[in-house]
Amino acid sequence: MADVPAFTPVYLLTGFLGSGKTTLLRRLLADPALADTAVLINEFGEIGLDHHLVERIDENMVLLQSGCVCCTVRGELADALRDLHSKRERGLVPAFSRVVVESTGLADPFPVLSTLKSDPVLRHHFRPGSVVTTVDAVNGLAQLDTYIESNRQAAIADRLVITKADLADGPSMDALKERLARINPDAGCFVAAADGPGADVLLGDGEAGRAASLQSASGFYCDAPSMLVTAEGAAHQAAISSFVVSVDEPLDWTGFGVWLTMLLNRHGDRVLRVKGILDLAGEERPVAIHGVQHLVHPPVHMQAWPSADRTSRIVFIVDGLDVGLLKRSLHAFTRSRSAGVSATPPAAARSAPNSR
Amino acid sequence: MCSLCGVLGGNEHWTDAVARPGVYTRNVERIDRRRERARRVAAANRILSAFGMSLSDWQGSSFVIATRTGKSEIIEDLGHLWPAAERLSGRPCDPLDPALIARMEAADG
Repeated sequence: MADVPAFTPVYLLTGFLGSGKTTLLRRLLADPALADTAVLINEFGEIGLDHHLVERIDENMVLLQSGCVCCTVRGELADALRDLHSKRERGLVPAFSRVVVESTGLADPFPVLSTLKSDPVLRHHFRPGSVVTTVDAVNGLAQLDTYIESNRQAAIADRLVITKADLADGPSMDALKERLARINPDAGCFVAAADGPGADVLLGDGEAGRAASLQSASGFYCDAPSMLVTAEGAAHQAAISSFVVSVDEPLDWTGFGVWLTMLLNRHGDRVLRVKGILDLAGEERPVAIHGVQHLVHPPVHMQAWPSADRTSRIVFIVDGLDVGLLKRSLHAFTRSRSAGVSATPPAAARSAPNSR
Repeated sequence: MCSLCGVLGGNEHWTDAVARPGVYTRNVERIDRRRERARRVAAANRILSAFGMSLSDWQGSSFVIATRTGKSEIIEDLGHLWPAAERLSGRPCDPLDPALIARMEAADG
């Protein structure tokens, strides 16, 4: 049990109906890298596990050859996770160090993440890992045009996997990649093949990966602040747009926190993603924030600024919010506050790192 | 758990987590902790005043949000601030409301 992490990361595998989640999962389940993983799926029958089966633990749970625990979710996900946790503590299942949850094709993936934060038991034992979204190379574009769920799934992904690439021609692949880059500019994008991407790539550690991925080679993860949607022309496409807000002067963390909690309280279901690097007043190092709808991950301190440019940049992916108003609001709510803070004695702020 | 109000502790809000004096610590640096809380109260009050409400520190462990008629509620952290504010004031607290933005901008200058 020594290798059980304090907080077991829960990875979410999502994707539209028929976008290849199960196929991807079936391949991952056979991967030895998935040995210390518990997988929650919707239905055993779909996956066809029989030839991997080692032991049936109970009617909902089986042990596979790779050492991976696989169980079906009946009813609440929270119950299934609590059951897994309890069995691990009692030694009834091998000690797993991560969990993968397969969500149904039409589901909005956010409630899964929110369950982890709000459940009184789970929040002390599990934490959200990254979100992997599968997108169908053949039907993906049409689904993005038609279904809001499809856009949401793509927007909150940390890693996008394009499936069925062998069935699509070059131009449509390029169009799909471009569309995905517009919806979610900073997610890692992979093309699924028979031998890849592997479990270690898709299910790498969320926290560390997130902090690292925030800094691309060019210094920032989203270089081209692209306005989108309308340019593409699809009229009934939901108004999902991504944009970057830059703030030149150091931000006050408290003022920013008050503003963002206020925004998320009122519009959380329409702010699909918030990601950014902040230059905080009294902080030497940049702080990365990352939020999905109502859920904001604890901020991560990054090593150093990539260049002399210390502009705070925040990427928003929103659904139907007025971009201009949001920018104005951020500036109005945080600017005067940051001026007020710089007036407080800087000595207290300076002494911080040593006295902690 | 607080024996007076019965609030179970330990629900860390994301705004609690950034390395600044008084933010991480719970047991030492008493003054820094109070200062950080005062700063949060001030930041929230700038906005709450537009709704005729105010926030105050309560025993260094919670906050009390109150309207001008005295309706009040104890909240634990900033995560609970805005739902409580909307309940007490009976109207949405929308940071994208143009009138509110204009008010904040005016207060700026």
